[in-house]
Amino acid sequence: MNEQPLLGVRHLTTEFVLSEGKVARALEDVSFDVLPGQTVGLVGESGCGKTTTLMSVMRLLPSNGRITSGEIRFNGKDLLTLSEREMRSYRWKEMAIVFQGAMNALNPVMKISDQIGEAILLHDVMDRDHAQKRVGELLEMVGIPRTRGDQYPHQYSGGMRQRAMIAMSLACSPSLLFADEPTTALDVMIQAQVLELLREIQKALGLAIVLVTHDLGVVAEVCDSVVVMYGGKVAEYGTADKIYNSAGHPYTQRLLASFPDVNRPTDTLVFIPGTPPRLTDLPRGCRFEPRCDVKLPKCAEIDPLLIEPDNQHYVACHLCKGREAHFV
Amino acid sequence: MNEQWSLFKRNLLDSWRTFSRNKLGLLGSFLILTALIAAVFAPALTPHQPTDVIRDEAGRGLTFAPPSVNPPLGTDDAGRDIWTELIYGARISLTVGFLAGFIAMFVGSLFGITAGYFGGWIDNLLMRTTDILLVIPDLPLMLVLVATLRQMDLHVSPLVVLILVIGLLYWTSTARLIRSQVLTIKERQFVARARAIGAGHGHIIRKHILPQIMPLIVANTVLVISTAILVESGLAFLGLGDPTQPSWGTMLNFAFDRNAVTNGAWWFYLPPGLAIVWVSLGCVLLGNVLEEMLNPRLSVHHLEGNENMVMLSSPQSEKK
Amino acid sequence: MSEAPVLEVRSLFKYFPVRQSLLRRVDKSVKAVDDVSFTLGRGEVLAIVGESGCGKTTIARTLIGLEEQTDGEILFHGEIVGVHERRSHTGLVPVGSTKEEGLRSQLTLPHIALKRLRQRVQMIFQDPYESLNPRSTIFEIVAEPLVVHGIARERDERNSRVKTALEEAGLRPAEDYFMRYPHELSGGQRQRVVIAAAMVLEPELLLADEPVSMLDVSIRAEILNLLRELQQKRGVSIVFITHDLSTVAYFADRIAVMYLGRIVESGPTDEVLRSPQHPYTKALLSVVPVPNPRLRKERIILQGETPNAAEIPSGCRFHPRCPIASGECELVDPPYIQVSKMHQAACLKVSPQKSG
Repeated sequence: MNEQPLLGVRHLTTEFVLSEGKVARALEDVSFDVLPGQTVGLVGESGCGKTTTLMSVMRLLPSNGRITSGEIRFNGKDLLTLSEREMRSYRWKEMAIVFQGAMNALNPVMKISDQIGEAILLHDVMDRDHAQKRVGELLEMVGIPRTRGDQYPHQYSGGMRQRAMIAMSLACSPSLLFADEPTTALDVMIQAQVLELLREIQKALGLAIVLVTHDLGVVAEVCDSVVVMYGGKVAEYGTADKIYNSAGHPYTQRLLASFPDVNRPTDTLVFIPGTPPRLTDLPRGCRFEPRCDVKLPKCAEIDPLLIEPDNQHYVACHLCKGREAHFV
Repeated sequence: MNEQWSLFKRNLLDSWRTFSRNKLGLLGSFLILTALIAAVFAPALTPHQPTDVIRDEAGRGLTFAPPSVNPPLGTDDAGRDIWTELIYGARISLTVGFLAGFIAMFVGSLFGITAGYFGGWIDNLLMRTTDILLVIPDLPLMLVLVATLRQMDLHVSPLVVLILVIGLLYWTSTARLIRSQVLTIKERQFVARARAIGAGHGHIIRKHILPQIMPLIVANTVLVISTAILVESGLAFLGLGDPTQPSWGTMLNFAFDRNAVTNGAWWFYLPPGLAIVWVSLGCVLLGNVLEEMLNPRLSVHHLEGNENMVMLSSPQSEKK
Repeated sequence: MSEAPVLEVRSLFKYFPVRQSLLRRVDKSVKAVDDVSFTLGRGEVLAIVGESGCGKTTIARTLIGLEEQTDGEILFHGEIVGVHERRSHTGLVPVGSTKEEGLRSQLTLPHIALKRLRQRVQMIFQDPYESLNPRSTIFEIVAEPLVVHGIARERDERNSRVKTALEEAGLRPAEDYFMRYPHELSGGQRQRVVIAAAMVLEPELLLADEPVSMLDVSIRAEILNLLRELQQKRGVSIVFITHDLSTVAYFADRIAVMYLGRIVESGPTDEVLRSPQHPYTKALLSVVPVPNPRLRKERIILQGETPNAAEIPSGCRFHPRCPIASGECELVDPPYIQVSKMHQAACLKVSPQKSG
């Protein structure tokens, strides 16, 4: 990576302690970079660890979750060395998050403008009048008429609520925005509107975005680079073009092949039989091995390391040829 | 059928495991069980009859004798053994409590399910009836009813009157609870699916609604029983019980009427009072735990998965 | 095709009254389905596509009898079925599927005919986690349609039919699943159970309401392939309801695009997708995400949101958001213009095919 990355995640490992002392390894050895103004897609299916990655970076894990190793460098500073108090100055001011199911993250008995205002006042030393003005600016930025700011969440449609959440996340002008499944459950036209909005905001503010989703189409539309996750590990990581057109990992290949393309309707769709591994009972070897159709005997024994088959393209598979990946 | 039996055993085991984890629930069950055992095995637990008078060497009634090795809980004003009275009284208190509780549960569930499922004017009618009963204060109403029914000389045991009156006035909370649950379940997609298949009302209520609310009914019944026991004790204390078949409440009534307090014979009124608390507490603890347990919200972490998750044994229909 | 089509819908209307206040009479309606007509032949797959609020789910619910029609005709093999709303019937207040009204709207006359119809028409619901009773075993779930209709009362016969249904839905060996509960199965497996339960009566028509939307992408194909197999092997006709245009491309013979209660375009799938005529269809197709970054295309992003179905715009219902609307679009409700033999669109700007 040439530029200094805005966010550099290195060998992040996160665990959850469950009832009866069982431990679920939600993330293992996750590394990737986010450059300023770039959009990175975190892709994977349910249980792959993409949301946990966001929560780990923001250090918003629930009480039974803990980060056991790794570094999270933001503008060079390792966030894991910060105290909770210091971390708070990063949250919302430097990085913000738009949650999944935005509709439910809004307080139903508070006006939208009040909620956005709350986000501002909690973080910035600003008096109420300035905050009011800023709320108006933010609403405009996301395409909500200012007058509707006085309404309650139930008076907004799904798309508008999503926009309100985005406005709230931009309250303190962060440089990095996490969006967790921002368009799931939205109609395709509203989805297009929201994605368009994110693109515009990104251009206007120079924002970097990490987009978590299972929708490969969305990722192809807006992301510069893609991290494909499976069973808590990075299966493949590279630019969008490389991932979509020369994917190296069998999971990525099958995932792409299972995604219908409206332009090529008669292409046969594949599916991947089986289910993802249970994080309390991870296999010794490659996590995808039970469902893989091109596996070698050693795949069940040895967990593959990340290989770099070509420049800035990383694949965690024994079948891949190249030098071992090395993240500085 | 072998499979159904092993399935049943599996479910039972699962439920037991969850249940035994909760200490309070176990305590509650213990309390209730001991009371039940005492009631059922009363004759085995005492050599006396409740009406026997314990006499001293001289043949006089041993009145207000304090607790000692024998009699363990002392005697009452006529020389009868308190311990005996207590465990025979358990039979009355528990019987009235349980029967009244079951009546309340039955009527309440019936009303709740009917109102919740059918809605409309049926719902309105049933719920307004419930409201009326809720508004009238319980104790005065019951006093009036019991007293009136007794006056009517119906040749039924006063206990039956008590059971009926308590049962028919305490179904209201159950009815409301069940109704709101039924309203929720009715809207769930599997009920819509059953309707789409062509199932009629009876089938849907039996196969889809009842299994979902049964746990709630059970838990609620335990709590209602506790209330019934308390209410019976109260009414008996006020003299509306059957003096020939004394329950704990009746014992309290006797105790106060016959100057146990002024005589300092605490062993006359304390044991029945404590017994009432013992059983009520047991019911409440058990009932609360059951309610908690039977809420099928997953207590499993979303990452934990399920041990019993069935894996497809072979890859299914592959691409053509 | 001399025989009657499996399903024919003629001018179907479904309005939901909106009560303005307790005392005033109902004078506004949510026009969920506003004059919809289509036919479906044996073994055909028709996809009804649209965004939320367009009325597609209401159509499915009306076809299966969960809703009563306000007007129109539903014909199954040429026979009229379907239930009209009753204005008054022994004190039952008509229609409206608001939650307070209970279920009695479902079972009005002809009850017997409706029940018989349900043996031949079955529905697959969207949410595999919600459409199965968590306290029923898989066997009970699949056997339920048999029980409800009094078919296969003998234990052996019932067992064998359930077994066949499960195996045809891809759950083998079936006996392994008999005594399991839904929460022990994955989403894909659960959806297979739903399909098995729908197929156990060997229906002729399946209504699939978003059958794969709640499943992970990598297992959607599993279920779609299964449905296709069933269609081919058993000649089942399928009405496939979805908002996902990319799945439609894969699976449907014909497609009907709905907007605000009306079908705005319909025709053979590849024709509609290759050369869409209606501006709404064009816009929808342009924003469907395509999994290939090299094909980032020109998107027609419509402004605003779909209006409330209680306040349908005058003239062409799409005109307020239409990129090519003109003056007359506000005044005239466009008829269907034939674009080709099987392809039509309701738009004033579409030029009809010259016949011949």
